[in-house]
Amino acid sequence: MGLDIKYPIGLMFTLMGIVLTIYGLATMSDPTLYQKSFQININLWSGIGMLIFGLIMLALVKRNKKAE
Amino acid sequence: MEITFQLSWIDYLVMIIYFAFVLGIGWALKKFMKGANAFLEAGRSMPAWVAGLAFISTNLGALEVMGMAGSGAKYGMLTTHFYWVGAIPAMVFLALFMMPFYYGSKARSVPEYLKLRYDEKTRGLNAILFAVMTILASGISMYALAILMEKVLGWNFHISLILSAVIVLAYTYLGGLSSAIYNEVLQFFIIVIGLLPVVFLSLHHVGGWSGLKESLGNVATANGFAPDAYTSMWKYTGSAAANPMGVEWYGILAGLGFVLSFGYWCTNFLIVQRAMAAESTVAARNTPLIGAIPKMFVPFLIIVPGMVALALMNDPSAHFSLPKNAAGQPIYDYTIIALLKQYLPSGVLGLGITALLASFMSGMAGNISAFNTVWTYDIYQSYIRPTTHDREADEKHYLQVGRLATIFGVVVSIAAAYLASMFGNIMDFLQTIFSMINAPLFAVIFLGMFWKRATGHAAFTGLLAGFVVALLHHGLTAPEGANTLVKGGWITVLHVYPVEMAQNFWTAIFAFSTSAIITVVLSLLTPKVKADEELVGLVYSLTPKLVEKDVSWYKRSSSLAILVLVLVTILTVMFW
Repeated sequence: MGLDIKYPIGLMFTLMGIVLTIYGLATMSDPTLYQKSFQININLWSGIGMLIFGLIMLALVKRNKKAE
Repeated sequence: MEITFQLSWIDYLVMIIYFAFVLGIGWALKKFMKGANAFLEAGRSMPAWVAGLAFISTNLGALEVMGMAGSGAKYGMLTTHFYWVGAIPAMVFLALFMMPFYYGSKARSVPEYLKLRYDEKTRGLNAILFAVMTILASGISMYALAILMEKVLGWNFHISLILSAVIVLAYTYLGGLSSAIYNEVLQFFIIVIGLLPVVFLSLHHVGGWSGLKESLGNVATANGFAPDAYTSMWKYTGSAAANPMGVEWYGILAGLGFVLSFGYWCTNFLIVQRAMAAESTVAARNTPLIGAIPKMFVPFLIIVPGMVALALMNDPSAHFSLPKNAAGQPIYDYTIIALLKQYLPSGVLGLGITALLASFMSGMAGNISAFNTVWTYDIYQSYIRPTTHDREADEKHYLQVGRLATIFGVVVSIAAAYLASMFGNIMDFLQTIFSMINAPLFAVIFLGMFWKRATGHAAFTGLLAGFVVALLHHGLTAPEGANTLVKGGWITVLHVYPVEMAQNFWTAIFAFSTSAIITVVLSLLTPKVKADEELVGLVYSLTPKLVEKDVSWYKRSSSLAILVLVLVTILTVMFW
C-alpha cells in the first residue's frame, strides 16, 4: 500500500505530545490535580516523551523519502 | 470502590485526536482499494515490522489487557506463563516451520490452505465454524466495550455500541485489511504509551520492584505460600498447592505451552492473516518473530501493574479496592481500570482510556477483516459464485462482495452484542464451544504439513471427531465450585477439576489427541488421493528448502528466532 504508516503515527504522537506538554505546563501550579500522581507532573513528562517519539517517527519518514 | 470517571475536556481532546487519525488512515487508504486482493489480502505488501506489530496487536485486545491485569492481581508473576511459555515458543514454531507453507502455497486463508492440502469438505467445515466464531467474538467485544463505556464513562449503552460499530465499520469498509493492519500498529503504540504512566506511577508508589516483592511477600505468607510465591514463575510449580495458580509445571508445559498455545497461534486465521499480508516469504516468516519481541515484554506493561493492585488491596493505608460483584467477590477484570482511576490525573487519564477503547475496536476490526476474507473466498467464491475467465471483473466483483460482507459482519456483530446483553451466559457458552476448534485444527494442519500421507477424508473426520470429543469433555467435567452450566458439566459431571484452567488444558489435550489419532489411522486406511506433485509447497518433505542466503544475516528468520529464544530464556531465568 502506498501509505507509510510511520507518517500518521509520527503526526499523531507529535500532536498529542504538544497538547499534553502544553497542558502539563499550564497545570504546573495545580497541586490538587497531581495529588494522585505524587506531585509528579505526569502530563508534562508523558507529553515530552510522546513528542520525542512522534518527531523520531517523522524524521524516519523524511530520511526514507530522501533515500528514494 | 466507584469506578466512574469524571473526564475533562483535555481527556476528550486526546480521544478525539486518536479517532480522527483512525478514520483518517481508512480514508487515506480508500484510493488503493481497486480489487479484492487489495481489500482482503492487503495486496500482500506489508513490511515485516508492520505485519509483526499488527500480528501482536490483534492479540492485545482489551479483553486480553483487562483479563491479564486481573490475572496478575490474582496469581502474580505466574501469569507470565501465558506469554513466555504460552505464546513465544508457538510463535517461533509458526514462523520457522509453518509460515513458508501458509504463505508459499498462495492460499489466501487458513481454510483455503486446508482446501489445497486436503479437500473441499475440510475447508468448508473450517470456514463455516471460523466465520461464526469471528462474528461472535466481534459481537462480544462490542458488548464488553459498550458496558465499559456505560459503567466507566457514564455513556449510554446503545449509543456507545452503535458509535463503536460505526467507527469500526467506517475504517474497515474504506481500507479493508490494510486499514485494519495499519490501525493495529497505531493501536499498539497507543496501548504501550497509554499504559506506561500507570506502570511508572504504580511501581513508584510501592517502591519499585524490590518494594513490590516485599509487599507481596507479606500477602503470600498471609495466604499460606512461600514469601516469593507471587513473584516467581517456576519455583513453586512442583506441586499445585504451593503456588497461587494451583497448577503443576507439567500441566503448564503440556496444556498451556503445547496444545493451547500452538492451537491458538498456529491455526487462528485472525492472527495468521497478518503474516499472510506480508510483502515476501522472508517477511511473512519474520512477522511472528518480530511480533514475539514486544510480546515478551507485555507482562511488564500489564501483569506488573496487576501485581501492584494485589499489594494495594492488602494495604489498608492505600485505600484501594476493586469493585465487587453481587456475591461480594472482587471483579478482577476491572483491575486496570481501578489503577487508571487511582493514579492518573486528567490528561494522561484520557490517554489511558483511549488506549483501552483502541484495543476494543481493533479486536472488532480484526475479527471483521478476517470474517470478510473467509466469507468472500472460502464460502462465496467456493459455493455461491465461482471465478470466471474475466480476472479483472472478478476482482471488482469480489471487492464489492468483500465490502458488503464487512457491512453484514458489523450488523450481525451488533445483533450478537444485543444477544450477549440479554443472554450473556449463552454467548459465553458459544464462545467457549467455538474456541474448541483450535486444538483439533492444529492436529490436522500439523499432520498435513509434515506428513504427506495424510488424506482429506481422514482430516475431515479427525477435525469433526476432535471437536465432538472437546464438546463431550466439556459437557462431562466441571471446575470446582462451578455454578453455571456454561463452565461445563451440562451432560453430567463425571470429573471435577480444581481450577477452570485445568479443565481447559485437558479439553484441549483430549481434542488434540483424538483428532491426531483418528487422522493418522484413517489416513493409513484411505487411499492417497493427491499425488506428490500436487503437494509441493504444501508439505514439508516435498517442498524445496527456503534459501535465505541473499538476505543480510540480521534479517534472517534463523537469527531472529535465536534472538527471541535467548531473550525469553534470560527473562525466564531472571524471574524463575
